[in-house]
Amino acid sequence: MFRFIVRRLLQMVLAFFGTTLIVYALMFAGQGDPIQALAGERPVTAAQRAYLTEKYHLDATGVGGFFYRYFDYISNLLRGDLGESLTGRSIGDILAAAWPVTIRLALIAIAVAVVFGVTAGVLAGIRRASIFDNATLLLTLLVLGIPTIVLAPLAQYFLGVRWQLFPPTAGADPDFFALLLPGIVLGSLSLATALRLTRTSVAENLRADYVRTARSKGLPNRRVVSVHVLRNSLIPVITFLGVEVGNLMSGAIITEGVFNIPGVGFNLFRGIRTEDGPLVVGIVSVLVVVYLVSNLVVDILYAVLDPRIRYE
Amino acid sequence: MSDFETVAASENQAARRGLSGEPGTPNQVGKPGKPRSLARDAWRDLRRKPIFWISLVLVLLVTAMAAVPGLFTSNDPADCVLSRQHAAPSGGAIFGYDFQGCDTYARAVYGARASLQVGALSALFTGLIALVVGMLAGFFGGWVDAVLSRVIDIVLGIPLLLAAIVLLKRVGSDSATVRIAAVIFVLAVLGWTTAARVVRSSVITAREQDYVAAARMLGAGNGRIMWRHILPNALAPAIVVLTIALGSFIAAEATLSFLGIGLREPTISWGIEINNGRVHMRESATPLVVPSTFLALTVLAFIMLGDAIRDAFDPKLR
Repeated sequence: MFRFIVRRLLQMVLAFFGTTLIVYALMFAGQGDPIQALAGERPVTAAQRAYLTEKYHLDATGVGGFFYRYFDYISNLLRGDLGESLTGRSIGDILAAAWPVTIRLALIAIAVAVVFGVTAGVLAGIRRASIFDNATLLLTLLVLGIPTIVLAPLAQYFLGVRWQLFPPTAGADPDFFALLLPGIVLGSLSLATALRLTRTSVAENLRADYVRTARSKGLPNRRVVSVHVLRNSLIPVITFLGVEVGNLMSGAIITEGVFNIPGVGFNLFRGIRTEDGPLVVGIVSVLVVVYLVSNLVVDILYAVLDPRIRYE
Repeated sequence: MSDFETVAASENQAARRGLSGEPGTPNQVGKPGKPRSLARDAWRDLRRKPIFWISLVLVLLVTAMAAVPGLFTSNDPADCVLSRQHAAPSGGAIFGYDFQGCDTYARAVYGARASLQVGALSALFTGLIALVVGMLAGFFGGWVDAVLSRVIDIVLGIPLLLAAIVLLKRVGSDSATVRIAAVIFVLAVLGWTTAARVVRSSVITAREQDYVAAARMLGAGNGRIMWRHILPNALAPAIVVLTIALGSFIAAEATLSFLGIGLREPTISWGIEINNGRVHMRESATPLVVPSTFLALTVLAFIMLGDAIRDAFDPKLR
């Protein structure tokens, strides 16, 4: 177990440096003028140029200069100092305002996935090959196959604009109701995957020896399913949902952009649109770290929950 | 994270944790004297599935649309007149006109080309990288496998959409060819890991087979064994994974174009069309709904096709 955690940590450290190096190298080094690349297609004044050169030590050249600046960036990132966006706002402040909204949205999405996905998955797993099972399989295939850039605008149009069941956009300080539709859209993918995972693992566990034993002891079917099967079947689902929490936090870029929810993904969306280089790099760097850490936590959690996992 | 990323991520994670039913070794079913190959069995299975036929027809339809869009519409997608803004259907424009006064249907038809180009070429390059890496790792094992597997782990740990955003922001050119090439490059570089794992595991299975030992005894070298004996056996599962990947690459391209960092005007892409239609959805919804439907059906068709073939080839599900 200890070896596994150490291995996994080392792997994460490698991935962290690998990814940040790529992000950094692409953003600030290589071809062309880094300051112009930072500003996108806008003109850069002489004062801004001098300021940025000073700030990022751009006058140091060569490989040494590159790594000097890279470690500068890394240490700033680790200290939580993300610099300022081109509009002059501190990226740390922008993110601090955005996180609570994104977390609320992610929680709604996860709740939707758990309530509907797991329930339907258990039912489909018990009645394998029934009409209900086949219908859910087809439905989940549809959900998994339809991209968010289709699902989000269409849901917004039909449920928000045409039939007016939900508010079409969320706005500055969204309440629960305004986040409900985006949460459902965001959670639909996790719902479909959670459903399929639950179904497979329930169907598999129903054939296990301990279920036969429980049945032959004379336990009622309800108890066999809810205590014996469900407990064992939920291990992969829980880990999957753990990964999903990380994924959903790390930016529902499309959903937040479409529904105008001022979360992390929305700020990234806006940063891309307005060619705000520092904002994009800052948010992407933080999101990569969130993604890596959540993956690490889930991998370890998985190994703890399921003793059958071999640690290589 | 966006859709393709989540699909890819959950598939990856499932693969990493060994949850997914990877295509296993062919099992020898069939009566004595009348051997049936796995492919034959799979084909018998597939023929009876309506989903297989529906998705196959859709795939062929979209491919035809990409190759000869003139067959499906006689209107020019670039013929935009502002006076026809959101005009009702007329002439060949069966879905009316969009905000710029372009034929909505013609633009959706012509959008198939960029999507399929990106999807097919990304899948091709992904397949090549995956075959080389998976073959080397699976065949040689030892330290080669250890190094390559760690590389796969690291690339798998990079979130696709975020990395694509950073990589594509770097591309300043507005030339259509350059942008298409850039999107293909990004998707191939970030998307080969799942397929590589599948190839690696099927190579490891094939390596231990008797016919490989027989070939070696006949004096065949490593290269010949890999190319002539193992490759044909490792190919089928990889193709299935790549069919599904093709669908998600098309979704990825549309998502990147939707965000404004993938393809750009004047290239016609469903992602751009959806974004434009979204902005003016209150005035007219057809410019949003039509390309959305095209995109969703295409992605679904590839994913369902791959899914059906995988089910047919997986002996465990029989």
